[in-house]
Amino acid sequence: MKILTGNDLPTGDVVWWTGSDWSRHVEEAADVDEQGEMIARQEEAARRVNAPYVIEATATPQGPRPAHIKDRIRALGPTVRADLTLKPADPDAGNWVI
Amino acid sequence: MYQYDQYDQSIVDARVEEFRDQVKRRLSGAITEDQFKPLRLMNGLYLQLHAYMLRVAVPYGTLSSRQMHLLAHIARKYDRGYGHFTTRQNIQYNWIKLEDAPDILAELAKVEMHAIQTSGNCIRNISSDQYAGAAADEVTDPRPWAELMRQWSTFHPEFSYLPRKFKIAVIASPEDRAAMRLHDIGIELLEKDGKLGAKVFVGGGMGRTPMIAPEIKDFVGAEDLLSYLEACLRVYNRYGRRDNIYKARIKILVHEIGADEYRRQVEEEFAHVKTLGIDPPVAELERISAFFAAPAYEAGAPDEIDLSDPDFRIWVQAQTVAHKQPGYTIVNISLKPIGGIPGDASADQIDLMADLAEKYSFDELRVTHAQNIVLPNVKKADLYAIWQALDAAGLATPNLDLISDIIACPGLDYCSLANARSIPVAQKIAERFADLDRQRDLGELKLKISGCINACGHHHAGHIGILGVDRKGTENYQLLLGGSGAEDVSLGKITGPGFDEDGVVDAIEKVTDTYKALREDGERFVDTYRRVGIEPFKEAIYG
Amino acid sequence: MSNPVSLHDRTLHEEPAVTLDAFLDQSNATAVRIEPDEDVRALFPFLDRLALIEVSFPAFRDGRGYSAARILREAGYKGELRAQGDVLVDQIPLMRRCGFDSFAPEHPVDPEVLKATLERYDQFYQGAADAAVPVWKRRHESALA
Repeated sequence: MKILTGNDLPTGDVVWWTGSDWSRHVEEAADVDEQGEMIARQEEAARRVNAPYVIEATATPQGPRPAHIKDRIRALGPTVRADLTLKPADPDAGNWVI
Repeated sequence: MYQYDQYDQSIVDARVEEFRDQVKRRLSGAITEDQFKPLRLMNGLYLQLHAYMLRVAVPYGTLSSRQMHLLAHIARKYDRGYGHFTTRQNIQYNWIKLEDAPDILAELAKVEMHAIQTSGNCIRNISSDQYAGAAADEVTDPRPWAELMRQWSTFHPEFSYLPRKFKIAVIASPEDRAAMRLHDIGIELLEKDGKLGAKVFVGGGMGRTPMIAPEIKDFVGAEDLLSYLEACLRVYNRYGRRDNIYKARIKILVHEIGADEYRRQVEEEFAHVKTLGIDPPVAELERISAFFAAPAYEAGAPDEIDLSDPDFRIWVQAQTVAHKQPGYTIVNISLKPIGGIPGDASADQIDLMADLAEKYSFDELRVTHAQNIVLPNVKKADLYAIWQALDAAGLATPNLDLISDIIACPGLDYCSLANARSIPVAQKIAERFADLDRQRDLGELKLKISGCINACGHHHAGHIGILGVDRKGTENYQLLLGGSGAEDVSLGKITGPGFDEDGVVDAIEKVTDTYKALREDGERFVDTYRRVGIEPFKEAIYG
Repeated sequence: MSNPVSLHDRTLHEEPAVTLDAFLDQSNATAVRIEPDEDVRALFPFLDRLALIEVSFPAFRDGRGYSAARILREAGYKGELRAQGDVLVDQIPLMRRCGFDSFAPEHPVDPEVLKATLERYDQFYQGAADAAVPVWKRRHESALA
């Protein structure tokens, strides 16, 4: 599947396109199929996102898993600071990245 | 240290308002990201993996306690409670909001700090020797010269849209603690016929095409220095390559036309530029120098230290360096605890270091290019109290220049340019060699890790270097041997095929075992490497 | 393209600028246009009778034109010096310091923003091609007088 990601313009937070809005959680990312570039351009022009780009991801029961490690690190947070990730209480969260 | 007058302050204050206006225009849509990007970069604001990242300038690595406290305050109020000290003596915050950036700059301006030109294709923060003003071996204090250049380069109208970024380092000791010849311009201050001046090296750098800067000018006096630099930059601005971002640094220009031709062009330009009256009178350097006058050292401070506490003794031996003033010493504070993140410090640690500087080091701290902190002016009699305070805060690791004193870039954990993570590799190596006796037995061993070819982690200049690459979507690490960023400058050589994370740690252990088997009396790792060559090491790793 | 913005008190020169090659061929033109990779020093013999030199900025990141402007002013050129092309409002103060006195940005410039931008700084660290007195000179004014 293809999903769309970027950063929130005023805060810089990593965000994922849900099909109708932007979410901080990759689990909520929607398959954008071939529409990604178009949505990216519209959303960027509306200043609802900064530096959006389309990535490959795998659909899993827990939600989309980005194909590249870089985007998995973006989705979770730094692997060396579990306390600063989106899942600070989950000791296995790092395994999802690697 | 230097203090702003009304002119310096008005320039920094105007910058805050300028950036506030630029951010407002970006958020309102008056300018696009493409147009805003170079503006925010010239203020040190990047868009990184998790958020915006703000790089704050620490000119030539020198900070007052008050400034250091403000860095802690920013970490708490606008970031997530910590900061990262960099190989260019700056500090970075990883979790900054664009909408907060103008307020952060306003807070910085109140303590005479800024983020001006900490990124972008302009002249960056001027780096220097972290022991400047205190080192027993220096010819003069390089910081007044660095400050003179800081002012000259700030908002330089002609050189704000160079082909690529431009880094200058200035030192004044035979021992090079600033990787001087791996900068776009490296300056070594020296004395000739009773007069101070600069020996100028141009065209060094790391990145994908590492080069050691050749000497371009053997001596230029203070009265001509800025004209000379202006000439160096003008030739680069006009003829540096702009067709390929990877070939745009000045090292490529100097390499392609040759040092002799570059020198000829600079001399021609210099002959013209120095007629323009752009050089301040020597009185300006003297005015700046007065701010860097030696502090009021206590005469007759005792040289003896009670080393009966064995842990303290080890720390003193590892972390202190000869000071020019009897009874005083230079203290290195390690930001490399075993298993920690190289260069990171919590807000509490930053505050503690500021307090110690205030109490024991004439209010001054330095950031080193090896990502540690220095208290430059410490009475030996105060060392025990300092050590106890540092130890309680996890800041007393006695590993200066040992294998666990690793330089590492933020890597793929934070950086959008990275191909592989650097920090976990640094942590694993430090843990493998955690035993201090083992580290001390290996002696000086500078290990440097970059997570991509841009070489922010100085891997080319490591006695052992590691370069993280992306091999078909997985992290892979190449090993380099024999580099140095010091006065014995050299570039490391790649050993061969890369490794995974655990593999590279194993390979390093084979390398150090080989060194131990082959070393002769008194040889550091890099000395043995230079004597025996790369083959025995390759044999041990791949054989 | 919007109308050129002038920072000088002459009327804007209206004769279209010719390319450097064309100018060097038929040197009765009074306006010439310089591309980033051209050497402005080729104009040195003609500076007295040029009324307009237009320096082209095909991309705002390409800063060669800043050096071109200073070189021309340092050689004594007194006529109109215009920055044309991908010129952003935030670049205009630096360009002015390099000797430009008119601007023809491809994208319209908000006059309010331009005014604020030009008035923002009143101190400058280094001498350049404008009349601004560098900070070091102010600091040592009495000694230098």
